[in-house]
Amino acid sequence: MTAPHDASAPRPGDANEGIDADRSERIVAGAFGLAVLAAVGLGVTYWRGGQTQIEGILLAVAFGSIGVGIVVWAKAFMPDDEVTEERKSVASEEEDVAAFAADFEAGTTGLKRRRLLTSLAGAAFATLGGALLFPIRSLGPKPGRDLKVTPYAGDPKRLVTENGAPIRPDDLPVDGVLTVWPEGHTDAADAPTLLIRTRPSQELRLQGEKVGWVVGDVIAYSKLCTHVGCPVGLYQAEEGLLLCPCHQSTFDVLDGARPVFGPAARPLPQLPLDLDDEGFLIATGDFEAPVGPGFWDRGR
Amino acid sequence: MTDVSTGSEKVPIGHRTVTHRLARWVDDRLGTARFARTALNKVFPDHWSFLLGELALYSFVILLLTGTYLTFFFDASQNLVTYQGSYGPLRGVEMTDAYRSALDISFDVRAGLVMRQIHHWAALLFVASMVVHLGRVFFTGGFRRPREINWIIGITMLILGIFNGFAGYSLLDDQLSGTGLRIAYSITLSIPLAGTWLASLLFGGEFPGPDIISRLYVIHILLIPAVIAVLLSAHLALVVRHKHTQFPGPGRTDENVVGERAFPTYAAKALGVFFLTASFLALLGGVVEINPIWIYGPFEPANVSAASQPDWYMGWLDGALRIFPNWEIRAFGFEVPNPFFPAVLMAGITFGLLYAWPFLEARVTGDRVEHHLADRPRQRPVRTALGVAALGFFVVMFLGGAADIIATTFGLSVNAVLWTFRFAAIAVPPVVGYVTYQLCVELSRRDGLPTRSRVEFGQITERLRRGSP
Repeated sequence: MTAPHDASAPRPGDANEGIDADRSERIVAGAFGLAVLAAVGLGVTYWRGGQTQIEGILLAVAFGSIGVGIVVWAKAFMPDDEVTEERKSVASEEEDVAAFAADFEAGTTGLKRRRLLTSLAGAAFATLGGALLFPIRSLGPKPGRDLKVTPYAGDPKRLVTENGAPIRPDDLPVDGVLTVWPEGHTDAADAPTLLIRTRPSQELRLQGEKVGWVVGDVIAYSKLCTHVGCPVGLYQAEEGLLLCPCHQSTFDVLDGARPVFGPAARPLPQLPLDLDDEGFLIATGDFEAPVGPGFWDRGR
Repeated sequence: MTDVSTGSEKVPIGHRTVTHRLARWVDDRLGTARFARTALNKVFPDHWSFLLGELALYSFVILLLTGTYLTFFFDASQNLVTYQGSYGPLRGVEMTDAYRSALDISFDVRAGLVMRQIHHWAALLFVASMVVHLGRVFFTGGFRRPREINWIIGITMLILGIFNGFAGYSLLDDQLSGTGLRIAYSITLSIPLAGTWLASLLFGGEFPGPDIISRLYVIHILLIPAVIAVLLSAHLALVVRHKHTQFPGPGRTDENVVGERAFPTYAAKALGVFFLTASFLALLGGVVEINPIWIYGPFEPANVSAASQPDWYMGWLDGALRIFPNWEIRAFGFEVPNPFFPAVLMAGITFGLLYAWPFLEARVTGDRVEHHLADRPRQRPVRTALGVAALGFFVVMFLGGAADIIATTFGLSVNAVLWTFRFAAIAVPPVVGYVTYQLCVELSRRDGLPTRSRVEFGQITERLRRGSP
């Protein structure tokens, strides 16, 4: 139970002490009055079509003056005596625990195969719980080859811009970068490709068959960062470096898009390029490796 | 029990006013007088830092109110439409219904933008006040027996709050939130063994997946708020059950609680603080622009804007993703991708340690008795130093999330900035921890508490119990 603690004697720091009651009443009245005005203003603002800043300010004034009114009221006119309440240990008394245990176990008499029954009950709940997990499977398709292939797989496909226009190597200026897709798949999230035209003075250092995946000075890499899949957007032509704006992974375009800085661990997969009969750029197959971020069985 | 007033003249209930008649009516049906009186006389110790949890509560209430309003207009659908609303620069652009309806809320629903912005600011304050409240409880030892369960509930609400904040701003399907979702997808994908399945089940297929927005919507407006509401009730019920901790002072012991009665003054002040919180958030929502999605444009998987920063409470994870070296584990065709370490593992360790802390500390100190007097941080140099070291680490992570902004603002190379953060992540925690430890010991010495460098926990508690400051 509670008992007043030094309630009679005013203490320094008491909220009520030294407060001018008249003044406090005026403040409270003024605050609530202001809230009324602000609320009316809010209604008028809304009625006249609304205006975000005025709405915010009037709401703030209305809420704020109600808050101030209540707090001043509490500080000036409500009791602030300090009271002391006894605190007992949270844990129950021993006899209560014993009585509870006795009551709880009261119904178990006469049970012979208690162990068997409890294990079976446990098994029932566990299997049912397991069975109820199955519907979760309906939430999404089996993650199979989807992660490893892009629409480039299969027959050679033309590269097209966002608008579906095919591209000739000369459409791209030196140091130019263009985002392209396989024809007919400009909405595929795993297919964005960066087409880059390097400078004639810049020597590409590519390995094996990838040397032949270039058309002139034009080279193509997956646009998806191998870190967490952000589109790699910034090309620093001078050094031939591609920078990912999300986490600053940096790839060396001249060296097979090898990661040279930042958290990305793998190069951007290269796309095999060629020209078709009409001189438009095509991809002769899919990227050299799964695009984008890594996953558990990426290499299988 | 016909007397519900304390201290003033006795008033027989059932005669005077509407209030009295109503109280009598309720009591005749529920018999609540005794319980209500106990509730009114509940004692709350006063300290400014005990207000932080309240701020989180009030932010949550404001989130529910503004959020409910927003649900009437938001359309969580990934169907493609052509924008015809009143924001000129985007007219004629193809976008999802989610983004279209978010634009409508911002431009064509009267009072929509102010509600949306208050909602967003309230979310930022919600998580912020939970984090600071967590810090207060940690540094004052408020998690010790008997409050371990409430600590666990609190950490759970923090995790849910962070997740729900992320889910919330991911719904709008603008360029920034789409980038965030893509990162979340890749982080899910990085979990060994289960990652590809989890990502597919969550997104309904390969990124961006057909279902993520509508699923996040149900999670954001129903599932998590409901869980938070239940946990919040349990959290408050446990505060009542345990009675609030108090700082040491004259007449304050582990066996009592000294403070104000819940009614009327404390309740009135709390109500006042609710309105002041609402006022603050309304002002921010009205005049300080936040998450201007119309500038970002609709999400296009092939696009990204530079300087993509998440909301503040995700900053530490984003920073960790940038700072962590480009390590991956590959063997037998299987791999543990890089994001697993800074995102999944670090978050797991962070929250795992937070959950385990009350039990770890009790194990190390052997202190398993009930505590109701809050520690002053200086009196627990080891705990305080470890806490500050951890905070130092997270501040480095957080700033790392702004590495690109720091580099462009100060004309530095991003590489240099990131390398600085890599070293700082290792160097800052021990340095600030050591400094904190020395400060605590020195401050304790000035307070006349034991000054040996190794301060025994039991010793301090004993002296505090007898009421030294």
